[in-house]
Parts: sequence; structure tokens; C-alpha cells
Amino acid sequence: MTPPEYEYLRKFLRDHSGLDLSADKQYLIESRLLPLACKAGLSGIGELVQKLQGAGSGALVTSAVEAMTTNETFFFRDKVPFDHFRDTIMPEVLKARAGRKSVRIWCAAGSTGQEPYSLAMCLKEMGAMLGGWRVEIIATDLSQEVLEKSKAGIYSQFEVQRGLPIQMLMKYFKQTGETWQINPELRAMVQHRQLNLLHDFSQLGTFDIIFCRNVLIYFDQETKINIFNRLARQIEPDGFLVLGAAETVVGLTDAFRPVAERRGLYKPNDARAPAARPALSGAAPRMAAIAGL
Amino acid sequence: MKTCLVVDDSSVVRKIARRILEGLDFAVTEAEDGSKALEICRQRLPDAVLLDWNMPVMDGFEFMGHMRRLPGGDRPKVVFCTTENNVAHIAQALSGGANEYIMKPFDKDIIADKFAEVGLIPVGQAFA
Repeated sequence: MTPPEYEYLRKFLRDHSGLDLSADKQYLIESRLLPLACKAGLSGIGELVQKLQGAGSGALVTSAVEAMTTNETFFFRDKVPFDHFRDTIMPEVLKARAGRKSVRIWCAAGSTGQEPYSLAMCLKEMGAMLGGWRVEIIATDLSQEVLEKSKAGIYSQFEVQRGLPIQMLMKYFKQTGETWQINPELRAMVQHRQLNLLHDFSQLGTFDIIFCRNVLIYFDQETKINIFNRLARQIEPDGFLVLGAAETVVGLTDAFRPVAERRGLYKPNDARAPAARPALSGAAPRMAAIAGL
Repeated sequence: MKTCLVVDDSSVVRKIARRILEGLDFAVTEAEDGSKALEICRQRLPDAVLLDWNMPVMDGFEFMGHMRRLPGGDRPKVVFCTTENNVAHIAQALSGGANEYIMKPFDKDIIADKFAEVGLIPVGQAFA
């Protein structure tokens, strides 16, 4: 996206929705408007801007504003990854980490908190199995505003009805007027950090499980490969990577391989492990440093 | 084809719900209060009931109690759909045998999510 295009879209969104983007939100615009451009049969942001400037673009204007302002995430989104988490990932992690009794989880597109809190609820439901375990969920997102919302854990009546079983709502949320807030105990399970995936994230340390769903689809191939390879350095050799339903590593990198019959689930490739992760021996002290942040 | 009984005293709400449910491949019947709904259930139990709470003649909660005591009345999935959006009402509905609970206003996504939640439609269909 060229600077004039970005400036146009900034002003466009300010005029149409009051959404005031700072000068560095190109990523946000691309992640929201590229899918819209594709759907409309346009070649990219450039052509979308041309269309928006043209006459008779009413429907497209509405779609663009909605795409920028609508929050697409919801609790237990797609269900299947959370079944994998409960039935495949956690049983294996519980066995593999029985010695140190700790598990580190990274939600790399944590957004407004539905994904990290869904994981927190899954872990709570496991109950006594995790007694004495130290569990860390790190939620990162590009947008500070989105992270603030996640931290507060306050959701509208509409949001708590997307994907969240009513029993879970009753069990883990407190109603305050028209909104629902997730319990302090679950909020305390999630740490929040602002992070751009394009930048170095090695300071986060090493993880047993990385959820990186529905964010890489918006990057070009070269960037995706770069991110996959850097994710591989932050994941334990026996860890798990979870991607969105429409995403894959296949054909992009050999750093990860799909887990058979578990759609969206990947493991780092053993063959690459020693060469790709020279810093692994330093994982433990690095973890301690992170915990002290 | 699965069947859903929509029970609501507002014809507008019934119409909206019917359109959404037909889009999810349900055969829809309607009733304007709990008493009429119970008559329909005595003839033939539906697979699902989308149930308002406050209605004239017989309210949704009372209807559910009667329906659950019919032969096979434990089988239909009952999804409340009401403006009663507080914890006390939700808890009462669940302990009285409701499977899910929608707080109005609702839209297609919420109905699809909740119906998928109780196994009335495949999860994939809710996200299509």
C-alpha cells in the first residue's frame, strides 16, 4: 500500500466511522481490507482505494467500514482447535512436562481476548489434572486498544453469545448491567503484550504451544515463510503450532509438519531442530527472565 | 429434515426466526404461546424448540415443564430466546431442563452458534 493510499484510507475511515488510525496501522488495514478486496474481485488495496473514490461505491464503502470496525473473533472460534487442545495437545504436554510441571502457551493473534480466555476456560475445565502446574498464557496483538479490551475481559451480550456455551457463561463470567466480565481468576491466567509479528519476538522465550490463527493469511508468501521460521525457533521440539482452518505450512516451509488427522495442528520438524534452534539450551534462563517482566 | 417449533407471542420474531431456521434446513412450525405449543407437542414432538419466556396464557418456562414430562419429552433440544437476560432467569431455565439460552436481540449467527452447541446442526454449518 502506498503512503497516499494509506492516507486516503485513514481519512476515509475517520470520515465514515470515526475510527482514528495512527500513522502505523498499515498492517491493520491490510489484514481487514485485503480479504474484502479479494471478495470483490479486486487486485488489492490500490484498486480498492480507486473503487472507493469512484461514484456508486455505496455498498463497498459500507463493507469497508464494517470490515475495519467489526470484531470478527469469538469464543471457541471454529471449535476444532479447542478439541485438539483438550484431547491431543494437553494430554501430550501433561505427560512430556510432568517433570517440570509448567506449560507456556502463546496466542500470537490474541485480539480482544476470546482465544486466550477460551484456552483458559479449557484449562480450568481440566481441573485437578493441572493441580500444582504453572500455566502461562501470553496473548500478543498489534493493537494496544485491542489488548486493553482483552485485559479488561468485558464483553457485550452479543459477544458472549458467539461460540460460548451458556454453561460456560454462567460459570466463568459475572454480569454487570448489559455486559459480562470474565472472572478475575481467568484474567490472571493471561498476560498481555503488544507485538508486531513482523518484528523480532525472540524475547518472548520458548513455548510448548503456539496458537497463530487467521493472521498469517494476510501476509505475502515471503513474510509468511519468515514468520514460520522464526516461530519454529520459539517452540519446543515437541511443541505444537495451531493454525487457522484455511492456513497451512505445506509448500512454504519444512520447519513444521502437519499432524495426521488433526486439521490445523503442526509440530516442529525433528530434522531441523538442532540447526534451527541453537538458543534452545538457553530456554530455561530465558523463561525465568520473562516471568520476571 | 429436522423440525423446530418456534414459540413466541410476537409474529415478527416468529417470522425472523422462521427465516433463519429455514436457512439452516429446519422445517418450522409456530405457536404464539406455551399452551398452543404444548398442543403441537402432544401431536408430535419436534427436534428443537426455540422458546420465548414471557407469553400470555402459558409462559415458556411452564410449557417446558409440561413438555419434558410428555413421553419422549426429554429428547427435544430447548433453546430459550428471551429478553430475560439475567443470571437468575438463565439458571432457572437450565435447571428446569433448557439446553441453551439466547438473550434477545438475536441474529442468524447467534442462532447458528447455539444450535451447533447443542448438536442440532454440524459445527461447520454454523460458520459457513
